[in-house]
Amino acid sequence: MSRNLVLGGLLSSLVALAALVSFVWTPFDYAAIDIPNKLKTPTGEHWLGTDHFGRDMMSMLMVGARTSLAVALVAVGIGMGLGVPLGLTAAARKGSWLDEVIMRGNDLVFAFPSLVIAILITAVFGAGAVNAIIAIGIFNIPVFARITRGAALSLWEREFILAARVAGKSSARISAEHILPNVMNLLIVQGTIQFSLGILAEAGLSYVGLGAQPPTPSWGRMLADAQTMVSFAPHLALIPGFAIILTVLGLNLMGDGLRDWLDPRLRVART
Amino acid sequence: MIRYSLKRLLSLVLSLAIASVVIFAVIEVAPGDPASFMLGVNAQEDTLAALRAELGLDVSKAHRYLAWVTGMLSGDFGTSYTYRTPVAEMISDRLWVSLPLALFALALSTLIAFPAGIYAAARRGKAGDMAVMGATQLGVAIPNFWFAMMLVLIFAINLRWFGAGGFAGWDDGLWVGLHSLTLPAIALALPQAAILARVMRSALLDILGEDFMRTARAKGLSRRQALWRHGVRNAMIPVLTIIGLQFSFLLAGSIIIEQVFYLPGLGRLVFQAISSRDLIVVESVVMLLVFAVITVNFLVDLAYALVDPRLRSRT
Repeated sequence: MSRNLVLGGLLSSLVALAALVSFVWTPFDYAAIDIPNKLKTPTGEHWLGTDHFGRDMMSMLMVGARTSLAVALVAVGIGMGLGVPLGLTAAARKGSWLDEVIMRGNDLVFAFPSLVIAILITAVFGAGAVNAIIAIGIFNIPVFARITRGAALSLWEREFILAARVAGKSSARISAEHILPNVMNLLIVQGTIQFSLGILAEAGLSYVGLGAQPPTPSWGRMLADAQTMVSFAPHLALIPGFAIILTVLGLNLMGDGLRDWLDPRLRVART
Repeated sequence: MIRYSLKRLLSLVLSLAIASVVIFAVIEVAPGDPASFMLGVNAQEDTLAALRAELGLDVSKAHRYLAWVTGMLSGDFGTSYTYRTPVAEMISDRLWVSLPLALFALALSTLIAFPAGIYAAARRGKAGDMAVMGATQLGVAIPNFWFAMMLVLIFAINLRWFGAGGFAGWDDGLWVGLHSLTLPAIALALPQAAILARVMRSALLDILGEDFMRTARAKGLSRRQALWRHGVRNAMIPVLTIIGLQFSFLLAGSIIIEQVFYLPGLGRLVFQAISSRDLIVVESVVMLLVFAVITVNFLVDLAYALVDPRLRSRT
């Protein structure tokens, strides 16, 4: 295992652990307002200080991790759940009208950045964490469809697939039984990368008010609240910012490490 | 080349048409009637009907879609429900902020990424490469709006080199306008520069292993000459793709950065429109952004074909 994988895995597990622990324990009630203790810098009692309402930053950060991870994880699920079957189908029917329709459809969805999808959805249904999930999820679909199709196409040329065809298996069965397991590594690596992009996208969306709504804490909203106070209470902006950076960095390092670990052939110059 | 361009052009028009249908359909799903939203719950039925007629809401959906699309083709984006001014005017005012911001950021990102990527590739595996790669790893992990807040804290609040927000406009000269867009452009450019530097490095590394690079060295070029004359030029194809993709991301990303710096760009316009349910403005801004993405990708495709004739026959 590479250094990247270990370091990335540690960082990511730490964040995941904080999110999980927050279900049963946080240092304080994340929503408890305590005006006399507002804007405290880190102390023995409040490890990461308090915000302008005297709420404990550590507790908000832990509960916020839940929002970030949940949104990004479900969005990856949507992207994989729809994108992978589309990619497999397109590859199995390479050159057919179905392939063409799927791939052109992908190009079209690709033309809508997740922020633009979020704007559209919010304009129609109002803001909320679910809309953020849908927006990021839709954006993920063509990413997984493309990568699956690309990898599957080269597999379809291989002899073991020919053998499966000779054995009388249908394209759908071959896709599920032979192609999918062979593209799984690639999908896991891409999933990690999309997961980290999802964390960034969620933070951005909730920062501009298109994501999780009060009272649900989220890292992006903590930053939006901090913005007007950054001159006299910079810790309000620094702490959630570092949380996002460490999480994304951890996931990216883990993605790099996983790629090397799962597929030694990919140990080439990374982009 | 002409056949290839025509085919691409056809697919561009088709994509734009489908995108416009999707955007129109999504906005049409929106609950509530703009006219009753504007006039409030106590509005008289005949007043509502009159306003609906004025806004062009009293005809069938197909009619409205056609009116919207043909209007846009002639530069008429309709009238804002809230401000009662032409949407096209509102958008073009805001574009004078968002577009220069995106271009400024693109220029910065390219200026940072090219030397960084080339330097890292030339020193593959050495300390310099490690440092650049480490920096890019950090660069892609930093949310640009957070970085923007830090830039404000350091360069506007503490050092007072720049304003903390707002836009001075272009009336006082190019320099004044660019000065107020500098911090936003840096914030916007950072993650993109990190990605572009990585692409540049890996594209160059792929090319350094090619036979023609060995030939270039064999005919007597130094490492540096071979890298610049043959390496960088051939690495441009993947790099161009990313630059094309980045422009659209920068334009969309500027929506968030504008919020940090209180810039009167497309982002502010679209968020105000969302909160006042001015859906025609939302619809038009979204269409414009999608148009930008699709068109830039089309131009990148054409640029490829010009750079690399092999690609023309492939599609």
